[in-house]
Amino acid sequence: MTVKWYQQSGADGDVVISTRVRLARNLNHLPFPGSMTAEQRECVIRQIFDAFPQDGSGAFRCIRMPELSQWDALSMVERHLISPHFISQPDGEALLLSPDESVSVMINEEDHVRIQAMHAGFALDEAFTAANCWDDFLDTRLHFAFDDRLGYLTQCPTNLGTGMRASVMLHLPALQEKGVIQQLANTVSKLGLTIRGMYGEGSRSEGAIYQLSNQVTLGITEQEALENLKSIVVQIIKEERQYREQLRQTPALEDRVYRSLGVLQNARLLSGKEFMSLISHVRMGAAMTILESVDLNCISSLMIDAQPAALMQDAGRELDPTERDARRAALVRERLK
Amino acid sequence: MLCDHCGKHPATTHIKRTVNGKTTRWNLCAQCAAEQGLTPSFGGPGFDLNDFWGSLFLEPAKRAPEDTVRCEDCGRSFKEIADLGRPGCPSCYLTFYDRLLPSIQRIHGKTQHTGKVADKAEETVKREHELKALREQLAAHIANQEYEQCAALRDRIRALEEGDAP
Repeated sequence: MTVKWYQQSGADGDVVISTRVRLARNLNHLPFPGSMTAEQRECVIRQIFDAFPQDGSGAFRCIRMPELSQWDALSMVERHLISPHFISQPDGEALLLSPDESVSVMINEEDHVRIQAMHAGFALDEAFTAANCWDDFLDTRLHFAFDDRLGYLTQCPTNLGTGMRASVMLHLPALQEKGVIQQLANTVSKLGLTIRGMYGEGSRSEGAIYQLSNQVTLGITEQEALENLKSIVVQIIKEERQYREQLRQTPALEDRVYRSLGVLQNARLLSGKEFMSLISHVRMGAAMTILESVDLNCISSLMIDAQPAALMQDAGRELDPTERDARRAALVRERLK
Repeated sequence: MLCDHCGKHPATTHIKRTVNGKTTRWNLCAQCAAEQGLTPSFGGPGFDLNDFWGSLFLEPAKRAPEDTVRCEDCGRSFKEIADLGRPGCPSCYLTFYDRLLPSIQRIHGKTQHTGKVADKAEETVKREHELKALREQLAAHIANQEYEQCAALRDRIRALEEGDAP
């Protein structure tokens, strides 16, 4: 089985969990998804499906969203392959997914086409190259809406221009403990960036995980936006590491890491919230080599597999919250023993 | 001060945002602030400009009294775009370019795209440049009464106008 990007840790994996680059594109002479008829939605899906390679080892999976079970769709959100917004109204929506799940194309989300490339660790250039390559591929087969002045025309004007949103998922337990996240958010907003919770817009941070992304897309080139984001991420990584070293001097940190591991290795019921909070401490402990028996790849996989929909997908049925907590605890004990 | 959104209640939430040196201010009443997801504990990070797009348009003074112009692709008027808070299709941006520009400027701080150019768009730009050059040559030949070169130029211009790649 192909190893998925979210089962690994990458460059600067102690602080950066993953990187994502998304490009928003629309077809000319068709209404935006918010105003399309069912026929027009189908017309867009057909055009995009036909443009993609249908066979061979690199073939993308063509998925019509209404055909997915609720937990299959939700587990894709948990794996960050699609947005929470995408599954709220699945009619007339479709998805293309590369075999390793590192490239996904959402069809008829907020825009006709949203090309998304994911990569483990801090890898903005790699993720951009992958997304850009599929954009070039589609550009030769389709006619994207574009204006010399406004760039790529998108349903929401906040994406006009490059249509690019680059995000870096950061694990910032030390900065969170120092209480400086708010200050960081204020600072990055002045630089045209935004910091959000784990699942993007409107979501809260769980387990000290934050998404940092560019906000401005017009009047800035893709490269400039990536460099801007990169330079801020480098500074955040440096600060997070410094605070972690300060915390290392206190016995409380080591105690918390081992206590968290102890609970995870022994609990019989684990709620999602408790799991995220404990795994966050264990992840920091593993990244700082306080814990040598647990590796970051194992934690990365666990953080995806212990999410509610992933547990239901594994069980093949709907689970009530207590059943989920029991299965989560069993899975965690098995992986961390 | 009254709320910028509803214009009815006193504004109690004041937001100042600076992007690329461009500062934008909103003053909202408690109810409109809550509708935009701005609770008293709001501190900045969850702030999403998407939510504000609708309200950016809701400036009655700036709306033209007569809304007769419609987008030729989707048929939407500027008033409908403002009421829905979003354009109906890509062509809306071109039809209502001048009226949308202030909002776009407020969001991005800039109004001229500098990034990647779509392949097909590049062809159109190239074609327009070549057409302009050919028309100038044709006009020059006609002025100089050099009619023998004109037929070939006219054929090339016609082919480009009908969509041939340059």
